[in-house]
Amino acid sequence: MLAKRLIACLDVRDGSVVKGVNFKGLRNAGDPAELAARYNEEGIDELTVLDVTATLEGRRALIDTIRRVSEKLFIPLAVGGGIRSMDDARAIIEAGADKVSINSAALAQPSLITALARTYGSQAVIVAIDAKREGDRYEVFGRSGTTRDRREAVEWAREAADRGAGEILLTSIDRDGTRSGFDCELTAAVSTAVPIPVIASGGAGTPEHFLDVFSAGRADAALAASIFHFSEHAVRDLKHYLAEHGVPMRLDW
Amino acid sequence: MRIALVDYGAGNLASVLKAFRALGADVHLVSDVSGLAGARGIVVPGVGHFSATASLGHDWRGAIREALDAGIPLLGICVGLQWLFEGSTEAPGSPGLGLIRGRCFRLEGDDVKVPHVGWNQLDLADRRSRLFAGIASGSSAYFTHSYAAPVVDETIATTTHAVPFSSAVERDLVFGVQFHPEKSGRTGLRVLENFLHVVREGR
Repeated sequence: MLAKRLIACLDVRDGSVVKGVNFKGLRNAGDPAELAARYNEEGIDELTVLDVTATLEGRRALIDTIRRVSEKLFIPLAVGGGIRSMDDARAIIEAGADKVSINSAALAQPSLITALARTYGSQAVIVAIDAKREGDRYEVFGRSGTTRDRREAVEWAREAADRGAGEILLTSIDRDGTRSGFDCELTAAVSTAVPIPVIASGGAGTPEHFLDVFSAGRADAALAASIFHFSEHAVRDLKHYLAEHGVPMRLDW
Repeated sequence: MRIALVDYGAGNLASVLKAFRALGADVHLVSDVSGLAGARGIVVPGVGHFSATASLGHDWRGAIREALDAGIPLLGICVGLQWLFEGSTEAPGSPGLGLIRGRCFRLEGDDVKVPHVGWNQLDLADRRSRLFAGIASGSSAYFTHSYAAPVVDETIATTTHAVPFSSAVERDLVFGVQFHPEKSGRTGLRVLENFLHVVREGR
């Protein structure tokens, strides 16, 4: 049976890991290659490196970070943040990423999804959607949650899948950094609307939150950062907790 | 002991190269059929669409069959496994190598998502396999694909996503895995190591 995936996100700025709270207030949490190796030992299923600077110097550091992180890592590695073009994606994939995650660039230029899927295959293309509840709609935001787009999250996810995205990374802006739980309604709405896997993100605080998002939220994978970084709940404890509660998990690593 | 990794434009080969190199293999990207000369093992990778294998034309097929006859082991990964079969409904116009009977089909089911992405279990067949030496049935491997190969006599592992499919095949020197050994942690590295062992041992 296909296991639900736990994905650790490393928010990286100038070569070191940081974590934003509601996309603001950054604090240092270690060396990305070291963290990646630790997560791998603990049994994480996948890693995401998110570049939160996207300045020119930051991007050069990012390529070096991807090389270092991927060197001895034999699980899937996704990279996102500031990818605007085929050239950006190529540099990241050549450095050792298996998947690229695009957000604002997909909103500005949806054809980029298709172009990437044609070149690297759909399995290499994640469309990241940042959504915020507005009444009974979920509005899409670009540029790290700062710019409101005209699109609605469920419709945009469907379009992204039609254009060739292999997975959706869905972040609740309302929950991100709050540790109050994933937005299961949002996740279920998107996950039942698209044929491709949906990764839930934003709000992880307790093991119960993961259980909720894998059951009520219908998520295929769940991504978190700070809950893993500061060892409040080690990855292996979380995996065993979820397995005991009937969630299919990879337990051999 | 040179290993040829066939580069026919089917996506990203960096991870496969890196994994073989981590195991100490002398692996080289080969984009021209002449590059197969001197190789002691051949790996056909592949992500994406079956139609990409159309670039593996008559010359490649001939050279790979000759290499097999000469005792050179062959490993197909993902679409590379599917290519060992007769063809795929994904690209009816592109024939496979046809070393194994059967056609690949699209995974479909009411309760599953396609593509099949993530870690799933390998249910090993009850027979000796050189590729899976030291690997326990039920071990997890990382998959990402929408099409799959049928379960046949050569199947050494099945995995189920809506329906059971061949997650690995083996016959003499012909090996194939639907999952990505380069992304499957310790289990995946062991599979690659076992292939290198076959290369060293020969038939």
